[in-house]
Amino acid sequence: MRTISHEELYTAVSNLVVQANFNLPDHVYQALSTMHSSEKKPLAKETLHILLQNATIAATKHIPLCQDCGSVIVFLQIGTGVTIDGNPEEIINTAVADTYRSHYLRPSIVKDPLFDRTNTGTNTPVFIHTDIVEGDSLAITVYIKGGGSENMSSLRMFTPTADIEQIIDYIVATVKQAGPNPCPPLFLGIGIGGTADVAMLNAKKAVLQKEPHPNEEYRRLEEVILQRCNTTGVGPLGFGGNNTVATVRIKEAPTHIATLPVALNLNCHSLRYRSTIL
Amino acid sequence: MKTIDLHTPIPEHDLQQLKAGDFITISGTIYTARDKAHKKIAELVTQQKPLPIDFTNAVIYYAGPSPAPPGMPIGAIGPTTSYRMDAYTEAMLSLGVRMFIGKGFRSSEVKKLLVNYNAVYCSSFGGAAAYLNQCVVDAQIVAFEEFGPEAMYKLTVEKFPVIVINDMYGGDLYA
Repeated sequence: MRTISHEELYTAVSNLVVQANFNLPDHVYQALSTMHSSEKKPLAKETLHILLQNATIAATKHIPLCQDCGSVIVFLQIGTGVTIDGNPEEIINTAVADTYRSHYLRPSIVKDPLFDRTNTGTNTPVFIHTDIVEGDSLAITVYIKGGGSENMSSLRMFTPTADIEQIIDYIVATVKQAGPNPCPPLFLGIGIGGTADVAMLNAKKAVLQKEPHPNEEYRRLEEVILQRCNTTGVGPLGFGGNNTVATVRIKEAPTHIATLPVALNLNCHSLRYRSTIL
Repeated sequence: MKTIDLHTPIPEHDLQQLKAGDFITISGTIYTARDKAHKKIAELVTQQKPLPIDFTNAVIYYAGPSPAPPGMPIGAIGPTTSYRMDAYTEAMLSLGVRMFIGKGFRSSEVKKLLVNYNAVYCSSFGGAAAYLNQCVVDAQIVAFEEFGPEAMYKLTVEKFPVIVINDMYGGDLYA
């Protein structure tokens, strides 16, 4: 059994928090850059230009990409052959709290959703999702999710006999209705199948998949949804244009004979995440 | 792109010429206020207590900046989503606010109010918070420091870029 030390985990999480908040991943920058090249409307093009400049300023001057430094969502894949020296939940929360303070990141978490909306001041607790996998390594992803785009999340429980057109219509209508609110161009994550909660979680995981779906039918569906969303005219930041959605990613799961959940995670143009393997 | 450069306090004739879709820049003084500050201001108005600033002709920016790192007046400072402030907009208009800056849709009620009060709603660049930091010359907390990032800041800005979404004639860029 391999042991990962308290310090190793703490340092890894802290580094991921910094990278995610200040450095846009290369493929996200590239996606914005490609849209900038193809955009025809002057205001939309100028908007994309500003978003690209934002990424450069954030990285070079060490200013957070967005003032909303998000909820911190952590995905852990813990190998069956690995053990952590200490309570991983405590270590991760401490690393996040310390790093938010030392890097002047905005704390945005309140204690209680209803009766005590006092800012915890540390941006914790972190929301952690754990999978147990084969092997003797620990994979960690830190994903920063802003409140404005999270508010546009959606779940619909379709009947199992619903046809794909109905599902596409629902997705496109949700993106159109959200309009400027979630800060498009969006990275759209779709969870299909499982139970309601699994679909929502898969929508979160889907958005972090760099590559299109490996299965051809799902890949084609991703492409159709992308094309349809980009005919809505919402455009960058809702100012109009052809670039409303940057990428569409689907993560499916087996489901009950009576159900067909479809969950949507609308991520803003500032897709902030970083991963590492210990 | 062609931009219209405005200075605060924004003269009446400058506000009147603004049309949905215009790219404008603002130089001068703007005030941040988001969810908690709006709720608090509304309470102060109801209780007839003194207000933290004079809202006459003010520009209100829906924003909750990240903390200022050493050597900078403020941290990242992009707009937050505006619809959450819809319920308080009439109170702010009646205090004399003439321009709101945020991002995203306003309710049909707010759009009517903007016409009635001859006020303008603009969007800044959501998620361009490091870029917008570069337009802020000075930042001072003027109220509600206890709210942390939701405190009310007086910002001195230089060519702060915004797009007119709802002009005072009912024009709507999002429509």
